[in-house]
Amino acid sequence: MIEFGFQGRTITAEEGQSIGAALHAAGIRSWRTTRFGNRPRGLFCAIGACFDCLLTVNGTPDQRACQTVARSGDEVSP
Amino acid sequence: MIYDLAVIGAGPAGLTAARVAARRGLSVALVDAYARTGGQYLRGATQPRLTGIDVKLGQRVWAVEKSGEGFQIHASTTTTASTLLVATGTHDKVIPFPGWDLPGVLTAGGAQALVKGERVKPGEEIVVAGTGPFLLPVAVTLLDAGVRVKEVLEANRPSPHMAAALARVPSKAREAVAFARRLADARVPYRTGHAVVAAHGKDSVEGVTVAKITKDWKPYAWRTVDCDTLAVGYGFTPQVDLLVQLGCRTEGDHVVTDDRQRTSVDGVLAAGEVAGVAGAQAAVVEGALAVHALIGEPPPRLLAEKRRLRRFARALELSYPVRDGWQHWLRPDTLVCRCEEVTVTAIEEARDLGADDPRMVKLLARPGMGWCQGRMCGHAVARLTGHEPAPQKRPFAQPITLADLTLHDREDST
Repeated sequence: MIEFGFQGRTITAEEGQSIGAALHAAGIRSWRTTRFGNRPRGLFCAIGACFDCLLTVNGTPDQRACQTVARSGDEVSP
Repeated sequence: MIYDLAVIGAGPAGLTAARVAARRGLSVALVDAYARTGGQYLRGATQPRLTGIDVKLGQRVWAVEKSGEGFQIHASTTTTASTLLVATGTHDKVIPFPGWDLPGVLTAGGAQALVKGERVKPGEEIVVAGTGPFLLPVAVTLLDAGVRVKEVLEANRPSPHMAAALARVPSKAREAVAFARRLADARVPYRTGHAVVAAHGKDSVEGVTVAKITKDWKPYAWRTVDCDTLAVGYGFTPQVDLLVQLGCRTEGDHVVTDDRQRTSVDGVLAAGEVAGVAGAQAAVVEGALAVHALIGEPPPRLLAEKRRLRRFARALELSYPVRDGWQHWLRPDTLVCRCEEVTVTAIEEARDLGADDPRMVKLLARPGMGWCQGRMCGHAVARLTGHEPAPQKRPFAQPITLADLTLHDREDST
């Protein structure tokens, strides 16, 4: 089992699971808001095509949550 | 090293092509963006042994270019090959409707990917909507995962093309019957001539508006259905970016290939969905066919099988088109482009200023200018300006960092 941090919470993921899937499974369906309308966004296409699920992983911004495999100790933020 | 063949995409078409090539003694590289082979269809469920193939995983190919001795494939490393086979598959086609950007609205393929690839339930109570036979396996996958599927809504009506096509391809008919039986056993209604025309909720989906629609997709009777998730898909868009970069001729949404999977550019082959959405079975046949034809005469059996499956795909295309009546579902503030948050009103304003094609509308109102580069809104923006959706030119098929780009330049100059 893998554990990573998201806004003060500890999220668990299975080996090989993406950060996006792990957050969705934890009931977190949105992890950023849009620039203009401040709309919540999370997974949409879940296969790397739509870029809705962007977040910051260990300080690197604009990572696709659905394409980024969770690793133990990752620090994830919007 | 210069490979005899480089295959981009390790889904059904690419896996098959690479294995046939290796068996026939070609030096072959198989490149894929994911950490596992299988593509969207197989989702890395089993990892086949790939002897004699240089498998390069986790490689997001952002550009392909012709170079003196063949083709250079640029990802985090560069691969060179004298012949290139592109089998990059497809992603869901979506159309806009009010609330479609709410969390909890997923593409049909995305919902299936979560279950099959990630072992995650997309939600507890889900409505499946859109068009095409793919909605059936998605609903069944969700049922098998223990999700309550409330309804499956097919926008199109039963088509005579489809009945005739199913009669000619018994394996597909058996599959359809099995899916229908599974839905019936679980008491999941399958309704044709119905669509989800809006999703509602504050921070996430709490319900959807389901409408009966005319055969042109104009809604005429509405009700709401409570659910926490919506899986929606209106067919598929082939991912032809790399083929377009190389100048391969396209027709509609796909690249043109001859009966041996050759594109209009010498040395560039294409197999599976990029040559027109036809499903995994056709992809396997075309992957094998492309390599057999490259080496010598392809077996007549493969040529015949390809023709049969392509005829079936044509019947699907005729039976499950996206009809323009979806435009009646829009409201002025409905987002058309999710990335740049471009509303229906903003597109109408661009039209009023004289923009009469997708490119002009994009320049004035920015739909398709954002992260996804028009992958999600391409169909909608084209139709809203009265044009046929067509593949777009994307010089970068994947986002890359400036660091990767400068590294690439250094490699080139040495």
